[in-house]
Amino acid sequence: MLCRRIIPCLDCDLAFTEGRVVKGVEFKKIKYAGIPWELATKYYEDGADEIVLLDITASQEKRETMIHVIEKTSENVFVPLTVGGGIRTIKDARKAFNAGADKVSINTAGIEKPNTINKITKYFGSQACVVAIDAKRRYITEIEDTTDKIIVETPEGPCWFECSIYGGRKFTGIDAVRWAMEVEERGAGEILLTSMDRDGVKEGYDIPLTQTINEIVNLPVIASGGCGTQEHILEIFQKTKTSAALAASIFHYETYSIKEIKEYLRKRGIALRS
Amino acid sequence: MGNVRSVYNALKYSGAKPVIANYPSEVKGDKIIIPGVGAFGEGMKNLNPFIPKIRQFVATNTPILGICLGLQMFFEESEEAPKVEGLRLLKGKIIKIRTKLKLPQIGWNYLKIRKENCPLFKDIDNGYVYFVHSYHALPEEDIVVATTDHGTEINASIWKNQLFGTQFHLEKSGRMGLQILKNFVEL
Repeated sequence: MLCRRIIPCLDCDLAFTEGRVVKGVEFKKIKYAGIPWELATKYYEDGADEIVLLDITASQEKRETMIHVIEKTSENVFVPLTVGGGIRTIKDARKAFNAGADKVSINTAGIEKPNTINKITKYFGSQACVVAIDAKRRYITEIEDTTDKIIVETPEGPCWFECSIYGGRKFTGIDAVRWAMEVEERGAGEILLTSMDRDGVKEGYDIPLTQTINEIVNLPVIASGGCGTQEHILEIFQKTKTSAALAASIFHYETYSIKEIKEYLRKRGIALRS
Repeated sequence: MGNVRSVYNALKYSGAKPVIANYPSEVKGDKIIIPGVGAFGEGMKNLNPFIPKIRQFVATNTPILGICLGLQMFFEESEEAPKVEGLRLLKGKIIKIRTKLKLPQIGWNYLKIRKENCPLFKDIDNGYVYFVHSYHALPEEDIVVATTDHGTEINASIWKNQLFGTQFHLEKSGRMGLQILKNFVEL
């Protein structure tokens, strides 16, 4: 049977010549953590099951820098490499694959032109197409009409989840749960699900969000946003059937090594690659 | 998946001097690897100009490694493209995985080595490797050297004489994959 995956995510700021891995808090404040391919190699050697490289600059002028980062990373990383940020067209995707990416992750392009998902799947296979969903809780108020929304119960009260694009800068009014169902129909291979409420705050993954999406689609889901301790990873694996847990800061600032986390989880009965 | 560049990088890392052959005239060296991209029908079409060269290598007993679709093309035919003929280097066919679990199988699954005398698995223990596929080989001969479980037993690796095949992507299977690749390089 397939085992669960631990995935470090590297947010790359390409304003620097070689790119810098950065860590934001709630999609805003920024700290620097290192050179992308150096960190990626370290994580690979330490037992990461996959690496995600996100171009947070996502500007046309910096595309070549990102391609260079992918090339350098793929020389020394022998687990699947997923690349996201600013991928809008088949041409962008092809460039990423030729540079050494195994999967591309798309968010904005998928929402603005949903057919992009079908196209990437058709040309490169569904295994190569990850759809990223950045979801924000919208608690139910009396004034708002939520008849077309899927309401999820949370300890903080009932809410629906809204999709955000452009790295959290624009809200769409689109229901994240409904969108997840649509991307499955369009052929996506995986969903990278980020809780915007939890991102960078290290209080644990959004369990109701992750659980709801896992129950509604038959695709592997990567939970993201909120991981601050190894207990958070254990919790998301025990309480949901999510395929993978993604984290950034707990690896970047060496709170724990991937090896230590895997050891901790394995002792508690989670099936992982050794 | 099955990116030629990934195989190239993994070979370089394993100490080999790989050459990517875009034309049959560029196929040379003491071993060849046929990586896997896409579907059986399309794959055989792309492989067509290389077939005489591959037969030449088989005749001289040169080690050949097929990865994913590369392995599948060694066989006679595939359910994925019923009218297309495979390389017919091995007897048997490629069938769709009969499972209740999701297809394609994408992810890390546990490899059980069935024949430890296979040189690919020299000094290698059972462990997780990376799969991306919906079809697998059903050989007529007793040549399955490793299997995995995806709701049903899947033939994950085959070996006959100098023909080697892995259904998993050893170029993306971490240290274990690199070690298997190194074993092939050092044959």
